[in-house]
Amino acid sequence: MDFVLSKEHEMLRKMYREFAETEVKPLAEEIDEEERFPMETVEKMAKLGMMGIYFPQQYGGAGADVLAYAMAVEELAKVCGTTAVIVSAHTSLCCAPIFEHGTEEQKMKYLPKLCKGEWIGAFGLTEPGAGTDAQGQQTTAVLDEAGENWILNGSKCFITNGNVANVFVVIAVTGKTTDKKGRPMKEISAFIVEGTDPGFSQGKHEKKMGIRGSSTCDLIFEDCVIPKDRLLGKKGEGFKIAMKTLDGGRIGIASQALGLGEGAVEEAIKYTKERVQFGKRISQFQNTQFQLADMHTKMQAAQFLVYSAALKKMEHAKNPKVSYSMDAAMAKLFAAEAASDVTRRAVQLFGGYGYTREYPVERMMRDAKITEIYEGTSEVQRMVIASNLGVK
Amino acid sequence: MKIIVCVKQVPDTSGKVAVNPDGTLDRASMLTIINPDDKNAIEAALKLKDETGCRVTAVTMGPPPAEGMLRELIAMGCDDAVLISGREFGGSDTFATSQIIAAGINAIGLEEDDIVFCGRQAIDGDTAQVGPQIAEKLDIPQISYAADIKVEGKKVTVKRMLEDGYMTVETQTPCLITCIKELNEPRYMSVAGIVGAYSKPMDVMDYPRLKDDPLIEVDTIGLAGSPTNILTSFTPPQKGAGMMLEGADKATCEQLAGILVKKHII
Repeated sequence: MDFVLSKEHEMLRKMYREFAETEVKPLAEEIDEEERFPMETVEKMAKLGMMGIYFPQQYGGAGADVLAYAMAVEELAKVCGTTAVIVSAHTSLCCAPIFEHGTEEQKMKYLPKLCKGEWIGAFGLTEPGAGTDAQGQQTTAVLDEAGENWILNGSKCFITNGNVANVFVVIAVTGKTTDKKGRPMKEISAFIVEGTDPGFSQGKHEKKMGIRGSSTCDLIFEDCVIPKDRLLGKKGEGFKIAMKTLDGGRIGIASQALGLGEGAVEEAIKYTKERVQFGKRISQFQNTQFQLADMHTKMQAAQFLVYSAALKKMEHAKNPKVSYSMDAAMAKLFAAEAASDVTRRAVQLFGGYGYTREYPVERMMRDAKITEIYEGTSEVQRMVIASNLGVK
Repeated sequence: MKIIVCVKQVPDTSGKVAVNPDGTLDRASMLTIINPDDKNAIEAALKLKDETGCRVTAVTMGPPPAEGMLRELIAMGCDDAVLISGREFGGSDTFATSQIIAAGINAIGLEEDDIVFCGRQAIDGDTAQVGPQIAEKLDIPQISYAADIKVEGKKVTVKRMLEDGYMTVETQTPCLITCIKELNEPRYMSVAGIVGAYSKPMDVMDYPRLKDDPLIEVDTIGLAGSPTNILTSFTPPQKGAGMMLEGADKATCEQLAGILVKKHII
C-alpha cells in the first residue's frame, strides 16, 4: 500500500497544471459561452502527448500509465470540464477499445494518428431507445452478399466529440443469438467507422446545460458501407467490448468529476478569503470553514477512489483476472455525486456572485451534473456495484 | 554539434519570500523554480535540436535537490544533464561560480562547433555576470541579450536587444550566448519526456572530479574564492499605496497640484 506518487507522476501533475492554468483556463469561459469546441487546445495537447497518454510509444502513445491519464483529466477539469471530457472520450472510448480489442493492423492504422491527435476519436453506443438499456440497440450491421463489406443502418445519439471526430467505435446488432439460459437475445458487434465512410453523417450540435464547448451530436448511418476488416474484436463480442470500454471510460469521467469538485474548492477558498461581510472575511465564519472542510474531504475521498480504480485497471492490463469494473463504478459514482454536491455548495459560498457568469463556479456546477449521467448514470453504477457484490 | 545550457534553480519569488535572521535569503524554506531566462536558453537550444538534431546538455551548479530541475529539463527535451555539486563549491559568488561551471564545461568537453547558452540573468541575484564570465574563462566569444539566433555551420548570427535598439552580431563557434525572454516561448515538458526523464543519463561532478582543472584552486572557488563581500542586506521598507485621480478637468488638476504642493514637490 503506497499513497505516495512517483517522481514522474508528480512531474506530470506539475506539467498538466501549468498547461491547464496557462492554456486551458483562459479559454474556459469563452468556449462555454459560445459553445465552441477548443480545437486549438486539442492541437496543443496533442503536441505534449496528452491525446494518447497511456498507450505504448510503438503505437504513437506517450507510454505513461492509466494513473497519469486520470491525473491529466483531473487537472484539466479543475479549470475546464469541456477540455477534460474531450481527452476522456477520445482516450477511453475510442483509443482504448482499439488498443484492447483491435488487430495489429487496426492498431497500426488508427492508434498512431489518434494518439498524436491528428485524428479525434468518439464512441457510439447510446441510441434514442437504448441508453441505460444498451441491449435495446436498433442500429444494424449486415454483411453484404459478397461478404466484403458491412452495411450499417440506424442512428446513435449524444455522442461526445461527435462533430469533430474522425474515427468512431460503433456498436451495432449483427444478428440473433441466445444467452446462457437459452433465451433469445441480440447479437451485438463493434465496428470502427471513419468519418469519410459513405452513408455516414453527423447530426446537429446538441445544446447542453454544461460542458457546452464539448461537441455532442447524433451519428447517422444510412446504408453506411465499411470494409469487413473494420469489425472490432470478434462478431458477437460487441456488448462485452462496450461494457469493458465503459468500465475504462468511467475512470475518465470519475477523474473529470474529481477535477471539477477540486477546482470548485480552490475557487471557493480563494473567494471566501477575499469577500468581506459584516466586517470580516467570510472565511472567518465557521460555516464557511466547515463547508470547505467537508468539500475538501469529499474530494480527497473521491481522489483515493479514482486513483485506486486507475491502479486496478493497470493491474488488469498485467493480469486480466483482476477486474476493475466495480472500482471504476464506485469511483465514478462517488466522484460524480461529490462533484455535484461540492460545486453546488461552492455556488452557495459565492452567494449572488456565484450565480453570475462572472465567476467560474456556476459553470462548474453545470458541468458537474453530466458526470452523474453519462457513461452510465449513478443508478447504473449502483447496479454494477450491487451485481459485483453478488446482491441479486 | 552540441549545446551546453547553463541553468540555475532559483527561489520562486511569486510565492512566499523567507528571510533568515541575518538578512540572507532562506532558500531551504522557499519553493524553487527554473530561472525564467534560463528556460528561454533551454528553448533556444531545443529549437536548434529540432532543426539540426544536435545534442543538448543542461548544466547546473547547486545542492543535490537540483537534480529535480535537471530531470524537468530532460522532460522538456534535453538529452542529458550535469549536476555540479560539492560542499567546496558552496558560498560562491559570480566569479567563483563561473570558474567552477567553466571547469565543468571543460570536463564535458567543448568542441569546435559547440555553443554554450545561458539565461541573461537569474532572478535572485540579477547580476547577469555568470554567463559572460564563463565565456571569458573558457576564452570563447560571447554575445549577450540574444533576441534571435541563427546558426549556419560554424557561423552564429545573433540579434542583440539593447535598451535603445537592436544590434546584429556575427561570430564563430564555439561561443557563448546569453538569452532573454523575448527570444522565445519555452515549451512545456511532454508526457513522453517525463516518462523517460529518470532513465536518461545525469552526471554528478563533485570537487574531486574537477579539482585538476587549472580553474579550480582553493582561492578561486567557494566562499574563500569569492571576491564579493556582502556588507549588509536588508528588506527595503514598503512604499505606501499610490493615489489615483481620475478626470481631465480643472478641478482634478487643482486637486493634483494641491497634493504636490503639500508634499513640497512643486
